[in-house]
Amino acid sequence: MIHHGAADSPALQTLDGRVGAPPKAPKALKARSYWQTVGYRLRHDYLTLCFGGVVLLIVLSAIFAPLLAPADPYQTGMIARLKPFGYKGHLLGTDELGRDMLSRLLYGGRVSLTMGMVPVMLATSIGGTLGIVAGYAGRHVNMVIMRTMDVFYAFPSILLAVAISGTLGGGMRNGMLALSLVFIPPLCRVAETATTQVRNLDFVEAARASGAGLRSIVWHHILSNALGPVFIYASSLVSVSVLIASGLSFLGLGVEPPTPDWGLMLNTLRQVIYIAPSLAALPGVLIFITSICFNLLSDGLRAAMDIRM
Amino acid sequence: MTAYIIRRVLYAVPIALGVSIVCFTLIYLAPGNPLQTLLPEDASAETVAMVKKAYGLDKPIPVQYLIWLGRAVTGDLGKSIASGRKVSEEIAKALANTMVLALGAIGLSFSLAFGLGVTAGYLNGSWADRVVTGIAVIGVSIPNYWLGMTLIIIFAVELQVLPATGMGPGGSSTFHIFNPQHLRHVVLPVVTLSMIPMGIIARTTRAAVAETLNQDFVQTLRAKGLKARTVAGHVIKNALPQILAVIGLQFGYLLGGSILVETVFTWPGTGFLLNKAILTRDIPVLQGVTLMLATFFVVTNLLVDLLQTAVNPRMQRH
Repeated sequence: MIHHGAADSPALQTLDGRVGAPPKAPKALKARSYWQTVGYRLRHDYLTLCFGGVVLLIVLSAIFAPLLAPADPYQTGMIARLKPFGYKGHLLGTDELGRDMLSRLLYGGRVSLTMGMVPVMLATSIGGTLGIVAGYAGRHVNMVIMRTMDVFYAFPSILLAVAISGTLGGGMRNGMLALSLVFIPPLCRVAETATTQVRNLDFVEAARASGAGLRSIVWHHILSNALGPVFIYASSLVSVSVLIASGLSFLGLGVEPPTPDWGLMLNTLRQVIYIAPSLAALPGVLIFITSICFNLLSDGLRAAMDIRM
Repeated sequence: MTAYIIRRVLYAVPIALGVSIVCFTLIYLAPGNPLQTLLPEDASAETVAMVKKAYGLDKPIPVQYLIWLGRAVTGDLGKSIASGRKVSEEIAKALANTMVLALGAIGLSFSLAFGLGVTAGYLNGSWADRVVTGIAVIGVSIPNYWLGMTLIIIFAVELQVLPATGMGPGGSSTFHIFNPQHLRHVVLPVVTLSMIPMGIIARTTRAAVAETLNQDFVQTLRAKGLKARTVAGHVIKNALPQILAVIGLQFGYLLGGSILVETVFTWPGTGFLLNKAILTRDIPVLQGVTLMLATFFVVTNLLVDLLQTAVNPRMQRH
C-alpha cells in the first residue's frame, strides 16, 4: 500500500476537501518575479490605489475636457461676471470676464498637467542617460558630467526655473525647458549612483568575462538595475514639477492670457479676492489636490518597488 | 579637522565659479542681443560701436566674463536698466527684507516640525505617526502661493485681523522688529513660507529619530537603567546632525525660493525684485539677484557641512 502520509496534512485536506482522496503532489509555490511582487503589493495597498484613481481622474478629465466642458472656456459674457457657484448653469460660477469656471478649470488641467509632467519625462530621459554614461564610463567622463551637475545643484530649484524662463521670456515652451533643466541634475545623480553600484558587482564582471559587449551589458544589466531608482525618483518629482510649473504661470511666465491654466487663473483671479474670494481660491485647490495625490502615489510606488522592505 | 575644512572650502570654489558662469550666460540666453535694451532701434553704426566699447561688448566672451567676474567679486554688479541705481544696492536692501522672512519661517517651521518629528519617530507606526506624516505631506504639496492667497482671504478679507500685503504701514520698505505694525505684516508671509520646510524637517526628524532608536546603544542605555528623558537626550543628540543639515538646506531654499510668496504679499525682498526685473526685462538685476542668491546657497551648504562635521566628526565627506 502506498503511504498516504501527505493526505493527512491539513493543507491537502483543505485543498481538495476530501480525506483519503488520491494523493496529489503538493502544489509548488510559484516564485514571483520582481514585477509580480510589485504588482501584488500595489493591488493590496488600497490607499495608494485610491490616490492613483484620483490622479487618473484628473488626467482623464484634462484629456476629455472638450467632451466634459459644459461651455466654451473662451466665451466671455460681460453681464454674468464673477457670479457665484451654481449661477444659471455655471456649476462653479464665472470668472472676471464671465467665462464658465468649470470649463476653464477642465481645459486648464491640460496646460497645467502638460507643463508639470513633460519636463519630468524629458529630464528623466536626458538626466538618466547622462547619469548612466557617467556611472558606467567613470573617471574623467564621470568627473566632467557630475561636476557640471553640481553647479546646477547650487541653485535653489525655483530660482533656477524662474531665472531661466524669465530670461528666455516666458511662454509654455520656455517654462518647460527651464523646468527640465532644473530636474536633470538630481535625476542624473540618482542614475549615476545606481549605475556605479551595479557596475562593480560580480555579475557584470562575469558578463564581461563571458564576452558580453558594452551594448548588451548596459541593456541587460545596467538599465534593468538603474531604471528602478530613477523611475521612483522621477515619480516623486511630478508633484514638485506641477507646483513649480503652476508657480511659473502664476508669475506670468507660463501660457499667454486667454489660454486657461490653473496657475495663470490663480494670478488673474488674485485681483478679485475682495469681491469673489471662494472663486479666486478654486484653481489653487486643483493644484493642491493634483500635487498631493501625485506625491502620495509616488510614496506608494516607492514602498511597493523597494525590495528591501 | 583643519585639513577637512580647507578641502571642503576649496571644493566650493569651482562650484561658485560654475554658478557665476551660469549667471553670466543668462545675458546670452535673453532673446535679442544685450545692446537692444540699451539702444534705440535706429541707432547709427558709430553709436553702436561706441556703446559696445563702453560696455566692453567688443571683447571676446571669455574676456567679458573675466571682467564681469572681477567686478562682481568687488561688489559691482552693474546698474539697473529700469531704475538706474546700482544693482548691488538694490539687492542689499531686498536681501535684508527676504532674510527677515526666511529667518522667521525657518524658526517657525523648526519649532513646529521638531516636536512633531520626534513624536512620530518615537511612536513609529502608530496613528500619531500617520497624522504627522500626513501633515508633512500636506506641507510639501500645498502650493504656497495659493496658501498665501487663502490666508489673505481668511485673515485680511473676511476676519480683517491682519494686513493683506506690504511690509508696514504706508508702503514701508525697511523692517523694524520692535514696531508692532511691522510685526503684524510679517505674520502671514512667514506662516505661508514655513509650510514646505515644516513638512521636510518633520519628515527628516521622524526618520532620524526612528533610525537612532533602532541602534544598539539605545538598548544599552535603557538596560543601564537611565531615565527615559536622559535616553531621549542621547537619541536627539545623535539625530541632530541630519536635522541640522536639512534646516540649513531649507534656509537656502527659502532665500532663493521666496519669489512666489513675496509676489503674493508684495513683500519688497529679493523675490519681488526678481519678479520686477523679469517684467521690465532688467537683465542686470535678474543676473545680479540670481548670482547673489545662488552664492548664498553655496555658502549656506558649505557652512552646514562644516557645522555638521563639528557636531559629528564621523560625517566627514571624502
